[in-house]
Amino acid sequence: MYTPHTQADRDAMLKAIGVDKLEDLFQCLPEEGKFPTLDLPDGISEMEVLDELSYISSVNETPQELISFLGAGAYNHYIPAAVDSIISRGEFLSAYTPYQPEIAQGTLQAIFEYQSLIAALTGMEVANASHYDGATAVAEAVNMAYYQYRGRRKKIILSPSVNPQYRGTIHTYMQGIDLEIIGEDLDPEASPDDLIELIDEDTALVLVQYPDFFGRIFDMTKLGEAAHEKKALFSIHINPISLGMLKPPSEFDADIVTGEGQPLGIPLSFGGPYLGIFATKLQYVRKMAGRVAGETIDSEGQRGYVLTLSTREQHIRRENASSNICSNQGLVALASTVYLSLLGKSGLKEVAELNYHKAHYAADKISTVPGFTVNPVQPFFNEFVVHCPSPAAEINEMLLQHDILGGYDLGVDYPALKYELLVAVTELTSRSEIDHLVSVLEEEYHD
Amino acid sequence: MKTPAELKYTKNDEWVRVEGDIAVIGITDYAQDQLSDIVFVEIVALEGDSLDQGETCAVIESVKAAADVYLPVSGEIIAINESLMDSPELVNEDPFGNAWLIKVKMADPSQLDALMDADAYQKLERDH
Repeated sequence: MYTPHTQADRDAMLKAIGVDKLEDLFQCLPEEGKFPTLDLPDGISEMEVLDELSYISSVNETPQELISFLGAGAYNHYIPAAVDSIISRGEFLSAYTPYQPEIAQGTLQAIFEYQSLIAALTGMEVANASHYDGATAVAEAVNMAYYQYRGRRKKIILSPSVNPQYRGTIHTYMQGIDLEIIGEDLDPEASPDDLIELIDEDTALVLVQYPDFFGRIFDMTKLGEAAHEKKALFSIHINPISLGMLKPPSEFDADIVTGEGQPLGIPLSFGGPYLGIFATKLQYVRKMAGRVAGETIDSEGQRGYVLTLSTREQHIRRENASSNICSNQGLVALASTVYLSLLGKSGLKEVAELNYHKAHYAADKISTVPGFTVNPVQPFFNEFVVHCPSPAAEINEMLLQHDILGGYDLGVDYPALKYELLVAVTELTSRSEIDHLVSVLEEEYHD
Repeated sequence: MKTPAELKYTKNDEWVRVEGDIAVIGITDYAQDQLSDIVFVEIVALEGDSLDQGETCAVIESVKAAADVYLPVSGEIIAINESLMDSPELVNEDPFGNAWLIKVKMADPSQLDALMDADAYQKLERDH
């Protein structure tokens, strides 16, 4: 229970500062704005509140009620019941990122396990305790690269096939900093190798997504080499599920790996809270925002967990801080840790392969509908671009009439791609749902 | 506490060894002792930079504090001690020798006149 100050406490404090009553402290506020009368309805009972809110939420249409082919950064995956059950334990549920870390051994252990899993998944040497979401993680990568070169390199190369929302976040983050962001105006369907000619000695970072926003898988080896040749950092944003079957980004010699952790056991829930994955090479660990939990032994030789590293600027040289992030996404990181632990290596591989094969089945079937085409040569993971005979927005509207949540209308972010629909398929999409989508398209678009 | 007589000192606990028009710069025995175990040295300046007296040229982090190192004299950075990145403990072990931080080609050697000699540095009044 929250216990506020008693009247006696208040009187004592008012007396100490020489004021008669609390209202006297608000004298500087204009009279008309002070203590306004609020025209609120009378209170209602808990039963009535529940009834009203249930009604409001019943108007929503969710992927449980619709057949969903929507992805574009957030994916409808199966979440084993144990995830919610474990993270709902009071010891975890009540714990925010620990401010007196060592007293919360369980939380630190969970963070340590999370970091270890992310490092294994990405192939990187060190992962931090997480950021708020994929967009924040990507923006922190830009930040880190900028400060790695202490502002001496004033350019980053940003692929146009990085999630447009993440690119928006980067622009927001870097406002007021003397940094040029180039590459976004390239043909959105350009390949990573098309970025190479933009890299020069003034480039701090080259940033790409893998699979990219359009679901495509590219070999990033040459781009990474080109970045390193000019001594720029190379950052890859990943979908963690895809790493169940794809080459890890470490094999492209990425210096920084970021990711949106939502696919790892975290519900869609209107866009958040999600999970920002961030991993790097050990040599850059002190430039990384956030914190790292570590395993050690105590004075009696027993295993224990500590906060091994938190960037010094965040605490003791704050005027020199390169990031204001010193916290992490504790509970959601725990959910992903439980998810990955339940699945294990082979389970994750199986989920990734299910996504891949179902998506390819869907792409093949959709391509058979006259007027709809899918690029037949470009490798993709669980998402792909469908070229439509009419604007994607119209297709989506039509599909919704059939209780199908269509794909993502790429025209929203890329004006040239108004006829392109980004379609996502996960292990939750059944074959009959895919067949249903195809039959609806056939019916509506037959000659 | 060692305070070699041939060096110049600042009140921020940097030392300067003059070699012709080159100033070799580090932090004093007193400074390393106050910081205790040093775990990280980051030299913020790059070779070729021209910096003014008083600008931050390095950051030294110990188990209990992090401290900026300020450039005692203006000039061009001609060398930085890379070995400290991997062996920060050198600052504790040999602050006046192997743990030099940077070398500066002085722009205005007369700035040295305002620095303290060993005697004055030893007599410096400390806040605590």
